[in-house]
Amino acid sequence: MALITYRDALNQALREEMQRDDRVFLMGEEVAVYQGAYKVSKGLLQEFGEMRVVDTPITELGFAGVGVGSAMVGLRPIVEFMTWNFALLALDQVINAAAKMLYMSGGQYNIPIVFRGPNGAALQLAAQHSQAWESWLAHIPGLKVVTPGTPADAKGLLKSAIRDDNPVVVLEGEMLYNTRGEVPDGEHVVPIGVADLKREGDHATIVTSGKMVLVAMQAADALAKEDIRVDVVDLRTVRPMDVAAIAASVKKTNRAVVLEEGWELAGIGAQVVDYIQRECFDDLDAPVLRVHQADTPMPYAKNLERAAKPDAAKTIAAVKRVMYRGD
Amino acid sequence: MATKVVMEALSPTMEEGRLVRWLKPEGASVANGETLAEVETDKAIMELVARGDGVLRRQLVAEGATAPVGTLLGVIAAANEDIAALVGGATPVSASAAPTAQSPAPAVAPAPAAVAPVSTPATVAPVTTTAPEHETAASDGGRVRSSPLARRLAAERGLDLHAIAGSGPNGRVVKRDLDATAAPAAAAVTSVPVAAAVPVRAGTEYTDIALTQIRRTIARRLAESIGPVPTFYLTAELDVERVSEMRKAMAELGDDYKVSVNDIVLKATATALAQHPEVNAHWLGDRIRQFARVHLGVAVAIDEGLITPVVFDADTKRLRDIAREVRELATRAKARRLKAEEYTGSTFSVSNLGMFGIDQFTAIINPPEAGILAIGAIEAKPVVVGESVVVRRRMRVTMSCDHRVIDGATGAKFLATLRRLIENPLLLVY
Repeated sequence: MALITYRDALNQALREEMQRDDRVFLMGEEVAVYQGAYKVSKGLLQEFGEMRVVDTPITELGFAGVGVGSAMVGLRPIVEFMTWNFALLALDQVINAAAKMLYMSGGQYNIPIVFRGPNGAALQLAAQHSQAWESWLAHIPGLKVVTPGTPADAKGLLKSAIRDDNPVVVLEGEMLYNTRGEVPDGEHVVPIGVADLKREGDHATIVTSGKMVLVAMQAADALAKEDIRVDVVDLRTVRPMDVAAIAASVKKTNRAVVLEEGWELAGIGAQVVDYIQRECFDDLDAPVLRVHQADTPMPYAKNLERAAKPDAAKTIAAVKRVMYRGD
Repeated sequence: MATKVVMEALSPTMEEGRLVRWLKPEGASVANGETLAEVETDKAIMELVARGDGVLRRQLVAEGATAPVGTLLGVIAAANEDIAALVGGATPVSASAAPTAQSPAPAVAPAPAAVAPVSTPATVAPVTTTAPEHETAASDGGRVRSSPLARRLAAERGLDLHAIAGSGPNGRVVKRDLDATAAPAAAAVTSVPVAAAVPVRAGTEYTDIALTQIRRTIARRLAESIGPVPTFYLTAELDVERVSEMRKAMAELGDDYKVSVNDIVLKATATALAQHPEVNAHWLGDRIRQFARVHLGVAVAIDEGLITPVVFDADTKRLRDIAREVRELATRAKARRLKAEEYTGSTFSVSNLGMFGIDQFTAIINPPEAGILAIGAIEAKPVVVGESVVVRRRMRVTMSCDHRVIDGATGAKFLATLRRLIENPLLLVY
């Protein structure tokens, strides 16, 4: 166990999986010579050579397609998008090729591919580069979508994603790369589709994932000072979702707040609320509330950006409302 | 500012309530939220609370009386305040049933539709003066707002959500409101006798039991379900080995001592009825009449159909009197020579088709009686006694019960007593 950054945890996962299986290779913009736009692929070119760590042109649709093709013929590609904002250009390959190939080929071609990169807002990157795509990607049958919020989960989930025989989308976070946490050395695999109770309390449940796990933990710390103890359910995977873990917590606390980075309408939180109302109807003591980004393109101005983002203060207010405390 | 005390809808289906008892006398100081009275709804006994501060100046409804929701029950006002305008329009409501009365007319005075508080606004106060956020949902007369969890917990704990002030938005009842409600309504029910049942005493002809709300609801719902007399049936197989022995032994003493099994069954039934007045009863629509005396109707088949002459005070008559009387009544019945008073006035009936070889059957209740016992044939059959199979004489009896009067357990207890008597016939002379 070592205290390392999220970035290094991803790097460990890539290195260990490339050592473990020589069919695994990495490609993307600036992944090789530049060692990665966020240094996630640091040292990999030196260790594995340019056949397995491949710099691509700035052609997201093109190299995503190369990845899908290589997966069809037996390789296990990891496609890095410099950010998921750029991956919009590649979505035809992600959604129409990778996600549907197994189905449309009648089971002849499975696509063991990983699409990964930072998701959501960082700081003042403005409307086009500050978007959280979980709900877009999780909408698609044929894709698995993982959203690690801690270094340990980043390593464990990336390893599971690489070993999975189907397309897995890994949503990382620019603001997460420098966060530190305890990460087991060597073999540490987090199964896809299993949530994690990051914090235990009995007054309310915060369901969240990805970057918002940190926000939820901040909120939980602040609430604890007011003697409000919350469960923080980290989904870790948003497709397939661990409904049992959500239900178990909500049945215990009887009230829930769903916290997500993206927009409200058709967001991941909407799906979580749907599961809760179906599974926990008779256990609910309050309507389930959601905390999410304001329904607007992300403002560039620092003060407006802060106002638009979901944060600990908004989460705390929502928890108090589901507990009928203050308003 | 005067505050009206009205019959509140304390359950979702409540249309009227019975004021079980006042907990505050006239002249007592009361505070908003304090319990004024106990009201029996169609579900349970609930507490009626004051909706304002002051003195309970008047009680307009007597204990035991039933009043529709909205009826003015009393007035809370300052000690010296003029409440004439409020009270003037109200008609006092008295108790509807007088126990052990000969023929009490139901005296539920219809409440005035509106106690018009038009002329003197100074004396008119809203019924509810609490803040809307903490209003009990009951006071808006309709649906109670509550969280799904609160509804589930209320059901589990036997609490009526209507009686709980909701602290959530718009008066929503939430979990903490239930947690704050200590005493469940069920406890209230057990602590207060539901029916003011007066034990049967010597000298009284019968006891009228005022219908409790739950009894009223049972009566209405069951009648809707199955027809005018919501009947259910209880069958028991009785061992008549000893009855047969006794009858045989008596016959050996000579013709004067001959009795039929039917006579013994009648004697046993009458004895059991005397011990179970709740079964020896009539349904009178607005009340149940439990009889202190047992007048046993005995169904007799005649050419034209069926008639049921009555053995009056059958429980006090000796077996030989019953035997002789039944024989005599049956003979005259077949000759159509019965007088009207000889076939009316039964409190319970027995019908026997055993002599026709019928093993078991259900008899139709003769209203307003609440039950009838159908006697089947005696049959020798293998019965397990201890560890061995032996041949015993057995007889099946089926009791038809009017569910408005008799509940399953009530009927079963009566049959248990009957079984004890039939299977130990010496008890009939004890």
